[in-house]
Amino acid sequence: MSFDVTKVRSEFPILETEMRGRPLTYLDSGASAQKPRAVIDAMAAFYSQHYANIHRGVYQLSAEATASYEAVRGKVARFVGAREEREIVFVRNATEAINLVARTWGEENVVEGDEIVLTWMEHHANIVPWQMLAKRRGATIRVAEIDDDGVLDLAHLESLLGPRTKLLAFAHVSNALGTINPVAELVALAKERGIVTLVDGAQAVPHQPVDVDALGADFYAFSGHKVFGPSGAGVLHGRMPLLDAMPPFMGGGDMIESVSFEGTTFAPVPQKFEAGTPDIASVIGFGAAVDYLDGIGMDAIAAYEHELLQYATERLETVPGLRIIGRAKEKAAVISFVLEDAHPHDIGTCLDGEGVAVRAGHHCAQPLMQRMGVPATARASLAFYNTRDDVDRLVEALVKTAELFS
Amino acid sequence: MEDLRELYQATILGHNKKPRNFRVIEHASHEADGHNPLCGDELTLYAQVAEDGTLEDVAFQGSGCAISKASASIMTDHIKGKSLAEVDDDFARFHELVTAPPGEEAKTDGLGKLAVFAGVREYPMRVKCATLAWHALKAALEGEGSAKTE
Repeated sequence: MSFDVTKVRSEFPILETEMRGRPLTYLDSGASAQKPRAVIDAMAAFYSQHYANIHRGVYQLSAEATASYEAVRGKVARFVGAREEREIVFVRNATEAINLVARTWGEENVVEGDEIVLTWMEHHANIVPWQMLAKRRGATIRVAEIDDDGVLDLAHLESLLGPRTKLLAFAHVSNALGTINPVAELVALAKERGIVTLVDGAQAVPHQPVDVDALGADFYAFSGHKVFGPSGAGVLHGRMPLLDAMPPFMGGGDMIESVSFEGTTFAPVPQKFEAGTPDIASVIGFGAAVDYLDGIGMDAIAAYEHELLQYATERLETVPGLRIIGRAKEKAAVISFVLEDAHPHDIGTCLDGEGVAVRAGHHCAQPLMQRMGVPATARASLAFYNTRDDVDRLVEALVKTAELFS
Repeated sequence: MEDLRELYQATILGHNKKPRNFRVIEHASHEADGHNPLCGDELTLYAQVAEDGTLEDVAFQGSGCAISKASASIMTDHIKGKSLAEVDDDFARFHELVTAPPGEEAKTDGLGKLAVFAGVREYPMRVKCATLAWHALKAALEGEGSAKTE
């Protein structure tokens, strides 16, 4: 299948807009991806023709809305290689997915003296919920080292896995550096020792084919809004035996079988974890995003982005005083960098002036910034709708920025 | 990039490269840390208040973006020797300058060199950078120890 970026771009309405009077060069898909017309139209059609609450009404409209919502579960399950639909729990985003696991599996399984192993490259979403859990339960957080290129030190990580380790949680792809971690290998290390694994897949699912069953982690979390779907719909994938044994997350409607003041019995997985009216339209929109990506093919997307990443890396290295932070061989299309004389925040503003949107700051990964010895970085995160022209505009704007601050 | 010259005026770029009063005041009568978690700007503000209630000396140290660094540098120059009431008044006027609606004519009366920050009003995301040193100064004078803009 040939990949036609011009056609792709024409399907994302926002890419035709301007920022500060210039054509928008959107290089912040790692923060949130733009939406294809298919997603926007699916949500508008759902609200204007098919909307009702789900799992409730006896009338046709509600039955149809329920069927559409549940059909997305099936689509997502197939998209990420889940064994069965029930393994897909809808949440708001990856952050909520991780908190769900910490609040349910964590509360039941982590006790005083236990250890939770993380890595230095984690996003705050995969640090803070575990810190909160560790504090509640009297457990300890241990952190696997990374090298100066931003590559995980597997030997060190393995040395941290001990008899008290209950959980190994790590990013599939680092949001700040782009490093792709060897998930299957890490999961195998944990499994040998009976340690549960959680993978933060927020930055992986938008860039490459993901097969959660083959990767083998017990939990895999990601956000729909980074996968070209709307904000408000995310996914926790869990293996059935664990999901079955876990207590509910939030209590309320939709997650029960029957309620009386004497006691309540809970609905089966996944409804047990989906209390209250969910973001129905966002789930519908997410389904449209999955269909859209399936139509292009994640293999084609990964190949295109890989080529674009190489081009961008080469071009960025020509900017005077620019240093790329994160130089792993296995890398997704995320490039963090600093300039000698300009602070990342100033870089962000200067690029904004040229119509180029990048993220500047600590990328919700303050420990990682500390480890890499920088207060912050500027980050260009690419998606399959970006082009060599986008990269050229970035480089041109960076050369001007470097001149301004020299 | 031409529009950006409004924001990054030569004076600001100069103070960013060579900030004034960029030092520690040992045993300062007042000091506070300022922190802007959004972009990681961090500075410590030192103030020496004389017996007559004037700011005898003001200095800062830290790291941050050009806007926060230049703002701290120009602020320390501007307020040295003033009374605390005058400093309060300066902060109020400076705040008004950088938070005025974009496109409106800037009111720079009495602000002296601080007027170079008029361009910040076009970049609302940068207001926190421009005011960080001022918030830290206020925290120091009020004995609060730290200030945060986010």
